[in-house]
Amino acid sequence: MSEYTDHDITGASIGMVEKQFFTFAENDPGFLLDSGASLSPVTLAYEACGTLNSQKDNVILVLHALTGDSHVAGYYQAQDPKPGWWDIMVGPGKGIDTDHYFVVCSNIIGSCMGSTGPASINPETTQAYGMDFPMITMGDMVRAQKALMDHLGLDRVLCVVGGSVGGMQALEWCVRYPDMVGSAVILASTTRHSALAIAFNEVARQSIMADPNWNQGHYYTGAKPDMGLAIARMIGHITYLSDESMRMKFGRKLQNKSALSFEFGAEFQVESYLQYQGNKFIERFDANSFLYITKAADYFDLAKDHGNGSLAKAFSAMKSRFLVVSYTSDWLYPTYQSKEMVKAMKKNDLDVSFCEIDAQWGHDAFLLPNPRLSDMIRGFLRSARYES
Amino acid sequence: MNPDASVQAPLIRYDLSIIASWIAPGSRVLGLGCGEGDLLHFLKTTKQVQERGIEIKESRVARCIEKGISVLQGDINTELEDYADNTFDYAICSQTLQQVYEPQRLIRSMMRVAQKGVVSFPNFGHYKVRLQYLMTGRAPVTRSLPYEWYNTPNIRVLSLKDFERFSKAAGFRIIKRAAINTRNEHREGNEIRIFPNMFAAYGLYLIGKA
Repeated sequence: MSEYTDHDITGASIGMVEKQFFTFAENDPGFLLDSGASLSPVTLAYEACGTLNSQKDNVILVLHALTGDSHVAGYYQAQDPKPGWWDIMVGPGKGIDTDHYFVVCSNIIGSCMGSTGPASINPETTQAYGMDFPMITMGDMVRAQKALMDHLGLDRVLCVVGGSVGGMQALEWCVRYPDMVGSAVILASTTRHSALAIAFNEVARQSIMADPNWNQGHYYTGAKPDMGLAIARMIGHITYLSDESMRMKFGRKLQNKSALSFEFGAEFQVESYLQYQGNKFIERFDANSFLYITKAADYFDLAKDHGNGSLAKAFSAMKSRFLVVSYTSDWLYPTYQSKEMVKAMKKNDLDVSFCEIDAQWGHDAFLLPNPRLSDMIRGFLRSARYES
Repeated sequence: MNPDASVQAPLIRYDLSIIASWIAPGSRVLGLGCGEGDLLHFLKTTKQVQERGIEIKESRVARCIEKGISVLQGDINTELEDYADNTFDYAICSQTLQQVYEPQRLIRSMMRVAQKGVVSFPNFGHYKVRLQYLMTGRAPVTRSLPYEWYNTPNIRVLSLKDFERFSKAAGFRIIKRAAINTRNEHREGNEIRIFPNMFAAYGLYLIGKA
């Protein structure tokens, strides 16, 4: 979920891409949300790369994680220091090969990355929504993405691909639109948050809301709750790593010093790293969006929402082929959660493949270069294509 | 036609080609301990079967998925439990039975989830095994059983006769048998019809519910 991880060059990038927007539900009753509230208008930011074939059957929908955006690959401008968040996977000759597939990556409602969210202007008040923004769910996000696909004239998706919260959206896609989704790749994800995951999110939210600058969410004209948001991000980063990866990466090494200095500055490298990540995050992310999206992730419960409490029942309407991947060191969405999902798929006789990749980098592993993952996704997509 | 060269039918081992000849086209096949999915891939491309594999090793699972084979990483006993009765036409356990802790449980599970089963294993009744043990007094090491006693994955020592006797205890019936030898790195081989328990390196069985 630290989408802007530094990564190696894995091949040529798709090159220049454009951030595009789609606005809908301008008129009454607007876009009706699961909570009962309505939102009008709704804008989604998205990116499209590759070429749509004449049969329109080479569409891949990529769904991003908690704090990601529609900028999945390529560059907006030549001088951008970094490409999109999954440039290692999406591009010519890569795991999701833009020479073969038409890739759409949609932002989510509630985000601050170009789509309608709490930082957007409420047309009724001409001020930012702030806490007046209605509570949103994973289902709302996906129904909005469906409106985008309709707008693009795409009625069949070869594969939805999502990691982490993106995997939740992918599952929601499969349950809501079983006839539209041919296959799905679910990476480091879950059908519902554990108490542990909710607990971390709650601490992160409390950190934002305890910042005096938060001001009940009305901070858009003044100082922002930067401290609270930075701490929220630091907590997040702990959950995206693992005991092993922190030991390998930092151990007890000190930052720019050889001895303890008996003061409360960042002395250990791990402290310095977390502070850096926190400070980097506040430049690109809105605190209220963080509150809303983490809440939507906590609310997400596939069994409860679509199976009256039974996960097997929730999968009963699905028709897609699945590739489920977990990581050995992911303690946010551990392997047992992926296995539960796979078990429910098997009970419904769904075509599912499952692999637990041995990786030390914790939850974030799916965003790091991994030839094994790229090769698996390439093979899975190819078979999904020829069998569809 | 499938334009992708890599999904054309691969050449497979002699023993696997015999197993493949027993599988009806278009059937549903479960491969237990399916390795890198060579047999399932062959069956999928030549017989249009609907395939599922179970394999414990991550690197092999990944190879299966790269080939477009549906596979689950996990323990075969645990993974079998989730399937409803008679989900498959065939459950194949190729060269794995001798490495399983509870063969009886496994065969019963196979016969629960599938109409028919295919089981193959190296024959410990082979005359070279017998001779080695007799002459040297040590645990035999042969071409089809190349391991020392301390590093062998083959924890179950059985001959063709043992397996045939086992059908009563495990509750299955033998539909077909092929007793074989292989050569040229298993690419070629032949069936042994005279004293198979003495001269065959491998036993292959198609089994049904008792």
